[in-house]
Amino acid sequence: MTEETTNEKRGVSLPVQIAIWTFLAALLALVAFGLRRAQNPMAEIGKPVPQFDLEYYPGYEYNGTAKMSLADLQGKIVVINIWASWCKPCEQEAPDLEEAWQFYKDGGDVVFIGVDYVDTPAGASEYLTKFNISFPNAPDLKSNISSILNRQMGVPETYFIDRAGVLRHVKIGPFSSVNEIKSIIQGIE
Amino acid sequence: MFAEFGYGILVVSFIVAIYSVFAAVYGATSKSAAMVESARRSMLLMFPLISLSAAALIYLLVNNHFEVAFVYEVTSRSMPTYLKVTAWWGGQAGSLVFWSWLLAAFASAVTIRKWERDIEFLPWVIVICSTTLIFFLGMVVVFENPFTRFWLVNGNVEPHMFAPANATLFTAGDGNGLNPLLRHPGMVIHPPMLYLGFVSYVIPYAFAMAALITGRTDDRWIRLTRRWSLWAWLFLSFGLVLGGRWAYDVLGWGGYWGWDPVEIAAFMPWLTGTAFLHSVMIQEKRGLLKHWNMILVILTYALVIFGTFLTRSGVLSSVHAFANSPIGPFFMGFVTLSLVVSIALVIWRWPMLRGETEMKSMLSREALFLLNNLLFMSVLVICFWGVIFPLVSELFTGQKVTVGPPFYERATAPIFAALMFLMGVAPLSAWGHSTIQTLGRAMWKSALAAAIITAVLFATYTQNYIALIGFFLIALVLLVTFQEFWRAARARQRAQSENFLTSLTRLMGRNRRRYGGYIIHISMMLMAIGILGIEIFQKETQGSLKQGDQLDIGGYTVEYRELASWDDSGKGVNFTRATIDVYKNGIYLGELNPRIDYYFDSQQNMTIPGNRSTFRDDLYVLLVDWQPVSSMGATFKIFVNPLVNWLWIGSLLFLVGIIFAAWPDRDPAEEPVRVARKANQTSAAD
Amino acid sequence: MKKFLYTLIFTFLLGALFTGVALAQGNNPPTDDEVNAVAHKLYCPVCESTPLDVCPTEACHDWRELIRTMLAEGKTEDEIIKHFEEQYGARVLAEPPKEGFYWLVYLLPPAVILAGAVVLFRSLKEWTKPKAAAPVSGGAGGASSSSAEKDEYVTRLEEELKKQK
Repeated sequence: MTEETTNEKRGVSLPVQIAIWTFLAALLALVAFGLRRAQNPMAEIGKPVPQFDLEYYPGYEYNGTAKMSLADLQGKIVVINIWASWCKPCEQEAPDLEEAWQFYKDGGDVVFIGVDYVDTPAGASEYLTKFNISFPNAPDLKSNISSILNRQMGVPETYFIDRAGVLRHVKIGPFSSVNEIKSIIQGIE
Repeated sequence: MFAEFGYGILVVSFIVAIYSVFAAVYGATSKSAAMVESARRSMLLMFPLISLSAAALIYLLVNNHFEVAFVYEVTSRSMPTYLKVTAWWGGQAGSLVFWSWLLAAFASAVTIRKWERDIEFLPWVIVICSTTLIFFLGMVVVFENPFTRFWLVNGNVEPHMFAPANATLFTAGDGNGLNPLLRHPGMVIHPPMLYLGFVSYVIPYAFAMAALITGRTDDRWIRLTRRWSLWAWLFLSFGLVLGGRWAYDVLGWGGYWGWDPVEIAAFMPWLTGTAFLHSVMIQEKRGLLKHWNMILVILTYALVIFGTFLTRSGVLSSVHAFANSPIGPFFMGFVTLSLVVSIALVIWRWPMLRGETEMKSMLSREALFLLNNLLFMSVLVICFWGVIFPLVSELFTGQKVTVGPPFYERATAPIFAALMFLMGVAPLSAWGHSTIQTLGRAMWKSALAAAIITAVLFATYTQNYIALIGFFLIALVLLVTFQEFWRAARARQRAQSENFLTSLTRLMGRNRRRYGGYIIHISMMLMAIGILGIEIFQKETQGSLKQGDQLDIGGYTVEYRELASWDDSGKGVNFTRATIDVYKNGIYLGELNPRIDYYFDSQQNMTIPGNRSTFRDDLYVLLVDWQPVSSMGATFKIFVNPLVNWLWIGSLLFLVGIIFAAWPDRDPAEEPVRVARKANQTSAAD
Repeated sequence: MKKFLYTLIFTFLLGALFTGVALAQGNNPPTDDEVNAVAHKLYCPVCESTPLDVCPTEACHDWRELIRTMLAEGKTEDEIIKHFEEQYGARVLAEPPKEGFYWLVYLLPPAVILAGAVVLFRSLKEWTKPKAAAPVSGGAGGASSSSAEKDEYVTRLEEELKKQK
């Protein structure tokens, strides 16, 4: 509320002015932060992917390690597939992903990691069994990993990281075939 | 052809808008009437220009021109023509054109008025309106062009405005179709109403800025924009109410308001706008609060722009349209510009906005109006903080949080109660002076009657103390307001020796704003009855029923009879409709048909409730799920929403009240003078 | 107004319900109403600002089933809410937990409103001071009730009419 004074010509005092402009600057800075976050995905194609750690679902570990950090996988091509059991389009691509994994698994050069985005444990294990998924899988219940990779646009999303840890390709939405997955991986090698 | 035409016209109007700003500034600073007139004419040209462009867009929408990206996104062949027209504002690009079109219409309406007395405002009003237009048209022309078409370039489909090399036009067979949630009649007119409200607040803001720039900071700008702000408030209020009704009818969760950031963003300018409607009367009557009114108008405008920005830029929620487009920073720039300029102007002119008279009593009507303003601002603070807190939290803790209804309800409920109490007291207080005694004398009868009503409700209806406080306040306000009508009409009846009804109608006709205001108060109370009813007494239950099974809730018995599912390929919808029979105390009341509509084009479900509405309560039934194989069983969610109908009845009366208050006077100069003279003779009290 | 009181009442009702559930542990599967009552206090972890009980998505359906399972296991409402918070983070709560940084959301508005009230009150006092003594206000002078009321009334009517332009 404004303070009107009996003093006729008194303007706005300096401290009040400073307070007003500070408040405005803070507000705009806050909004700018929000805007920047909304606009720029954290992981950009052609840039190194920020570090993150995973804790696999029991039975879906990689090489017997329950925990992994992205740094451990340097030198390999990493395919991170974000999915959820409640996501219908994910079901479309699940068999293709598994088939592609079977193709690359023995080479040891390409790693598939499923990241289960905000899901129920029961739903997740049902889904993994239903589609015979055998590649490593980890939950991301608080959407930490998904938000490190990108601002969540929806599931499924798949991130292709090259041997140097650089993000090379992002697929939004389900794959249409195994060949699509393979050709993207070939493109990275 | 139409696409190029529409886009070309948009570019032309963009350039004309830029010209009008420069012409107006030059005309004002160099005192060149010819330049100002030129600016005025270019401003007037905007509306026909944008109308042409809009007509081109509508032509494309209606005629299934799916080579145009926007048409492809928001329409499909199966949509009826009227929905194709309204799809105009169903998507980002189109709604920006719609905004520009409305703004141009309002700005033109303002520019053709007679300006003799206020000619120094004219160039600056043009500057503000045109600058806002430049901003909106700029977004359309540069970033979010509704006329962009699909082109086949080397086997890829790409959106471009003009044909790239070696490209052929690509036309999709059918469009995506409008989001089914937006196909409801409420949603067809809800956004334009809100936009109308938003846009019309640009006009009072433009006058306020003009007053600050020219230094003519007397009441003139307020008198000029008084009616504008009423109409703006009408549209905004109507938009909010329609949004609530739409949520109740379509969103299928048994409520009408969920304290969602998008809703709150539209509610915030309403709060400052409402505060402004009240405080502006103090300035007119008492010459007080010039600073404050200026701040309120600026705040309202800023909240309109800022709210639109927050909800659409992806800053608050990630699921919105232009999250990844360059519109965000551009919009942010405009928000910053308008805030900085407005604040700087207010600070610069602060000493000129001095009040003219002093306040005599803490209980005078002006003091109570100030309290009213404080309460509205308090609700605003709560809303604003609640809306941006998730952002603050993410910035400082990295954690997303939800600020949901419990927060807003707990914080605002006491404030709304206090506002209701003020509604009961303020009409009885006088400008200038009032005391506890005068107020008490004027109020005690109504207060006593309200207490008796509350006691009866306690004995017969509810023991819930919050409901009782609410009902007491509602009764008090209603009684006080009716008493105001009664006493004023009686006083006039005695003075003029007319019959009571004539007195009442003449009295109301004489002072539309006051009695329109009282009608609005009454309607608010009716709405409050509905809100109390649904918030405090709502019952809900959910159950899976086999055919012939029954479910009891709130005195009703609901029996599941059958379920049918069929495709309507003409509309592109699959309907699944349940039929249930409703009984109360063993008496058959009729059937309800909750259903789920599945839209093929957009692959979305709509849950349409079966609703049986009475003055006492609503029986609101949702079809949640059904057994696909046998259609033997289905799951229903049933709400009994007591008194909620009064919310909608109140909303209608609310509209009546605002229109009554805002309706242009037929003959402003004639009669009142005579009566005023007469009134002067009869009273020499002071 | 809104659901605040409604929530209060429901807490009591729920308290009653859940003691019932706890007693009947394992015997009866939890009803939809019991599930919804808990879900009503939680927010969908994926969608924006949608309470779990009204959220129509497949995902929310799964979470409601999770609540049902936990209720059947004899978990109380508080335990379930706690579990969701731990699993999915603070965003599933209808409002931020009252701890640490989150206190800001609750404390800032009252502080600002109070500051506003103080400024308003001081301004009012300042405005009322100079002329408070000068004009003997009509009603305040303790005139007899009926005439005061009448005078006030006529004055106001007159004001209304004066206002016309």
